[in-house]
Amino acid sequence: MKTILVGVKRVPDYNVRMRLKPDGGLATEGVKLSLNPFDEIALEEALRLKEKGLADEVVAVTIAPADALAQLRTALAMGATRAIHIVHTGPVEPLDVARLLLAVIQREPPLLVLLGKQAVDEDQGQTGQMLAALWNRPQATYASSIAIDGEVAHVNREVDAGTEQLDVDLPAVFTTDLRLNTPRYIKLPDIMKAKQKPLQSLTPAELGVNLRQRLKTVAYEAPPARAKGRMVADAAELVSQLRQRGVIK
Amino acid sequence: MDFSLTDEQQLIVKTTREFVENELYPHEKEVEDSGVLRPQLLASIRAKAMAAGLYAANMPTEVGGGGLDTVTWVLYEKELGRANYALHYCGVGRPSNILMACKGEQRERYLLPAVRGERTDCLALSEPGAGSDLRSMKTSAVRAGDDFVINGTKHFISHADHADFVILLAATSTDTSGKTPRKIMTAFLIDMGHPGFQVLPGYRNVSHRGYNNCILQFNDCRVPASAVLGEVGQGFEVANTWLGATRLQVAACCLGRADRALELAKRWAVDRVQFGQSIGKFQGIGFKLADMAVELRAAELLVLEAAWKKDQGTATDSDMAIAKLKATETLAMIADEALQIHGGMGLMSDLPLERIWRDARIERIWDGTSEIQRHIISRALLRPLGG
Repeated sequence: MKTILVGVKRVPDYNVRMRLKPDGGLATEGVKLSLNPFDEIALEEALRLKEKGLADEVVAVTIAPADALAQLRTALAMGATRAIHIVHTGPVEPLDVARLLLAVIQREPPLLVLLGKQAVDEDQGQTGQMLAALWNRPQATYASSIAIDGEVAHVNREVDAGTEQLDVDLPAVFTTDLRLNTPRYIKLPDIMKAKQKPLQSLTPAELGVNLRQRLKTVAYEAPPARAKGRMVADAAELVSQLRQRGVIK
Repeated sequence: MDFSLTDEQQLIVKTTREFVENELYPHEKEVEDSGVLRPQLLASIRAKAMAAGLYAANMPTEVGGGGLDTVTWVLYEKELGRANYALHYCGVGRPSNILMACKGEQRERYLLPAVRGERTDCLALSEPGAGSDLRSMKTSAVRAGDDFVINGTKHFISHADHADFVILLAATSTDTSGKTPRKIMTAFLIDMGHPGFQVLPGYRNVSHRGYNNCILQFNDCRVPASAVLGEVGQGFEVANTWLGATRLQVAACCLGRADRALELAKRWAVDRVQFGQSIGKFQGIGFKLADMAVELRAAELLVLEAAWKKDQGTATDSDMAIAKLKATETLAMIADEALQIHGGMGLMSDLPLERIWRDARIERIWDGTSEIQRHIISRALLRPLGG
């Protein structure tokens, strides 16, 4: 069975403007929650590979509190074959996420693990890399295209200098960038069918993983308010102003 | 009492909203400016709507539809209702559920192709001399051997210009036993292009640009008995059985458009600065927004309650009338206040608000005027008391 494992995370919807509570924490009550957009891209890519006949099943896995079923159902409605819900309340650090995913991988080794390059809640962007290291398999992060050719995948990565092309031995871990694809509309009939798809609940203990807090959140701080802008007459004035302020040389 | 939406309902709302924002909004300006829904554009939206399973979501699954229950269907209609009417109603078709009365080969010829998006229906009831008073219609269908010969004129027939066949109500006899003569009606299915049947352009009007009304003329149009939908003489009953839900559809679409108008008004109230502050901080604007939100919530609850009752099999005509009346009147109020909050900018065609304000006007008229809805509601109040 050729399986693609896709990590999906529940995050505050990217349209929500997060606010700080008076005690300095994040106000999360009543905030709309959605699938991490990069994970949707990962799932879409997995579904496309499956539709091309390159995989037999797509398994969505999440680590979230018991009430996160809505997001897993979204993944199933999009087309995931089945879902694994690792039930855990409270924050999970990237290293522990990687350890939990590794435990799932060891139970049923996949052809490929697809993850978002980062989750839009904390923007850590570490899980994919850590998982590849723990699993001792290759990684290709920030993928903007993926083509599978037998035991090898050809991946384009978005890097500062442009696009880097990698040939990666499978199995491997890929993390997805924004330009990889545009996720599909969830089809109405698939939404109705999602309820019937298998959904397995596990605990970290059942996976033999002991979660440990290594990071401490010291404080949250709102970004500085944007300073008032000024209209410039034309491009020439814009360039001279930018030069004056040392933004460009 | 549980007011929360199920996971499924939330997903259906999400996917419908995404479709509306990505596939319909970008074409609104073209349709509004030209007053035309180009056939190529229609075909492309229809194909995408089919692929997303949004097409014919109102129809039961056993005929290939989405099989939504009434509450979920109302939530779906609400999202679609946000967009230009021609785009959402022609592009994301919802075949008239009166087609469920199709029997035998009518299913293959009309019902199933309509659900598959291959053929489009339109519904012809109104006449120049018969609007709310349907029983006074003049269009007649007279028995001639095994056939019927139809004569008469229908008008205000929505999207007949895009339709492949018409569901027609025509008088087959007259009941003269009462105070005033009442027409006994029969429903017919007639293909466009059938001899003696002609579709003419309708009237230019204020609402729903690109979504055209047409005039249908029948001159000695001869149709076989197999064209009868339901039973001869049962047209009014067939319509009553299946068309009650269209009032909920109108109501739900109004909710979506009202929500969009409120969103625009909120955004403007925050962004527009006068006298050194956002205008939303002035009580005159802030309180307007509060009233709009309260009215919208009330209308939503009434529509959802009527839908829920329909699912339980307990909905009355009065429930439907209450939902339609409140939702359409609320849209009118919210569209008008949203425009007022925008000031002069609200009148400009560059914003969707001008259109929403124009489009709001028809909703209090079609599918039963507000007065007819109030008549239905008051009749239900008084009849039990002998009034």
